[in-house]
Amino acid sequence: MSHDRILIKGNEAVAFGALDAGCRCYFGYPITPQNEIPETMSLRLPECGGQFVQAESEVAAINMLLGAGACGIPAMTSSSSCGISLMQEGISYMAGSHIPAVIVNMERGGPGLGDIGPSQGDYFQAVKGGGHGDHRNLVLAPSTAQECYDMMFRAFALAFKYANPVMLLGDAIVAQIKEPVRRQPPADALSPEALAELAAPWRMEGYGKRGPGAKPRLLKSVYLAEGALAARNRLLMEKYAAMQAEACAECWNTDDAELVVVAFGSMARIARSAIRKLREEGLKAGLFRPKTLYPFPADALRALAPGRRFLVIEQNTGQMVEDVRLSLMGENARVDWHGVMPGLFIGADALEDPIRQACKEN
Amino acid sequence: MHAHELEQALVPQDGETLVFDTNPVLNERVTHYCPGCHHGIAHRLVSEVLHELGVADRTILVASVGCATFTYDYFNVDGLEAPHGRACAVATGVRRARPESVVFTYQGDGDMGAIGLAESIHAANRGELITGIFINNTVYGMTGGQMAPTTLLGQKTTTSPRGRDMARHEGGPIRMAELMAQLSGVAYSERCALDSVKHVRAAKKALRKAFEVQLQGLGFGFVELLSGCPTNWHMDPVSANKRISEAMIPVFPLGVYKDVTAQAESEVQHG
Repeated sequence: MSHDRILIKGNEAVAFGALDAGCRCYFGYPITPQNEIPETMSLRLPECGGQFVQAESEVAAINMLLGAGACGIPAMTSSSSCGISLMQEGISYMAGSHIPAVIVNMERGGPGLGDIGPSQGDYFQAVKGGGHGDHRNLVLAPSTAQECYDMMFRAFALAFKYANPVMLLGDAIVAQIKEPVRRQPPADALSPEALAELAAPWRMEGYGKRGPGAKPRLLKSVYLAEGALAARNRLLMEKYAAMQAEACAECWNTDDAELVVVAFGSMARIARSAIRKLREEGLKAGLFRPKTLYPFPADALRALAPGRRFLVIEQNTGQMVEDVRLSLMGENARVDWHGVMPGLFIGADALEDPIRQACKEN
Repeated sequence: MHAHELEQALVPQDGETLVFDTNPVLNERVTHYCPGCHHGIAHRLVSEVLHELGVADRTILVASVGCATFTYDYFNVDGLEAPHGRACAVATGVRRARPESVVFTYQGDGDMGAIGLAESIHAANRGELITGIFINNTVYGMTGGQMAPTTLLGQKTTTSPRGRDMARHEGGPIRMAELMAQLSGVAYSERCALDSVKHVRAAKKALRKAFEVQLQGLGFGFVELLSGCPTNWHMDPVSANKRISEAMIPVFPLGVYKDVTAQAESEVQHG
């Protein structure tokens, strides 16, 4: 593996990150703007003894992932918005059955067929569970191709640590942007052996693999006996409470900031450029960028509240702003919101006025 | 009789000789199935085949949704629950992730023939090395007797109260064994019935074959089992058996629809 930087798209970085993190099964159905992921995996996975399956639908793909995940083999799927909607049933079953999975959503505009431009319209779907029943998915939000690569390691580590679906939530910009990426596992990456160890207590393998006297195992989400589902859901609640420790955010130029822009993914990157320019004008603005969207980094955001105002910028009609307001409840901090409509490609200049305006308002 | 009393009664006492026993792949739990239901026979046949092939310790069962949801409660093998209709997709993932395992799905007619038709057909068409067991009783059992894709024309169900009718565009009984036989990846497809001793014996042979083609890496193995559902047919078990032979078999002819091993043998014979 070369440590030199290579010029690749975010989608390819996702694929290389998955391969280097030990992913050995990919299941997916083509959809724009994420096609370089299945294309790269179809070429590269067989070279390292892995399995690539082009499924007949996203419904089939997510259930193949359920099967491979249940076997404790690092496996993934990728899709975009409308395809992710089709996967929600399977995601709910995996959450209910304690099955790890890595799901990449390179969002496109919606609702419905929408368009193939960038969007952050699936924020609610991603961070509030998305499927039926009470469940949560860990959600990571890359804003560069490098982060697409790095976060795949984190995604597999978290999926196996919690035996739970993990979603990498990107968009058409980070998917298609081509930039230098260092193909080197992050320092805290888990080895494939460590992932296998985490799966050893529950994976499907045939009882013969577990030595003489081993009992058959069962992975399921149905609990019909009185009180059984209640107990199961309490167990899930405990897991979601433990996940809160994984919350992660980047604070950039927030120390002296009077206004903190809250943005994730590609919008955070564009906002950063706008802030950089506005700081040259003397505006005291900074950036708070959640790297995990679930758990939402509420504590880190609240720590910034005293004496600061907030402007949420996101590419949808108002979703993350609700989590920001919840996080800051009781802090007496002003929270403004600026929405970029799904499907639009904007430059940093488009965000300068909204940020300037928020700085000026009382 | 409670389950534990029944289990107690099955243990031979002084002076009694055991002349009929289960096999270690099927556990002794009393099933939740209704009296006269054929799931019990199908379970026993599958377990005997797994036992005789000596593969239970590397078998992974993918259960479906319907009466067969709790299949995994009765088999001593690793088991997994699939969402409704998705068993063949889940089994694909399992078999790809663990190529050394033996994988089978156990699905009813709603699960495999309606909601999961796409997943079933495409897994079969890819030639996934899994065995699909299809229980056709022409009705939705678990939900209380609604119309199935296999419901016979004229058959009254809770959602075809006037009798299934092509004139009302309610569709006709879908023939899965024939459908499966058309697909490139299918190595074996046979339809059997569980209404008589003769047919039950043939079903066991078919099941064995459908697992053997998986073990030999030849492709997807498929067995359709015409089964009785006395509860939702509103019949006693004997009449239900009669319905299979008199009403179902004429619509769903028994037989081998595809067998790539026979084709290979026949090619050898004909040089």
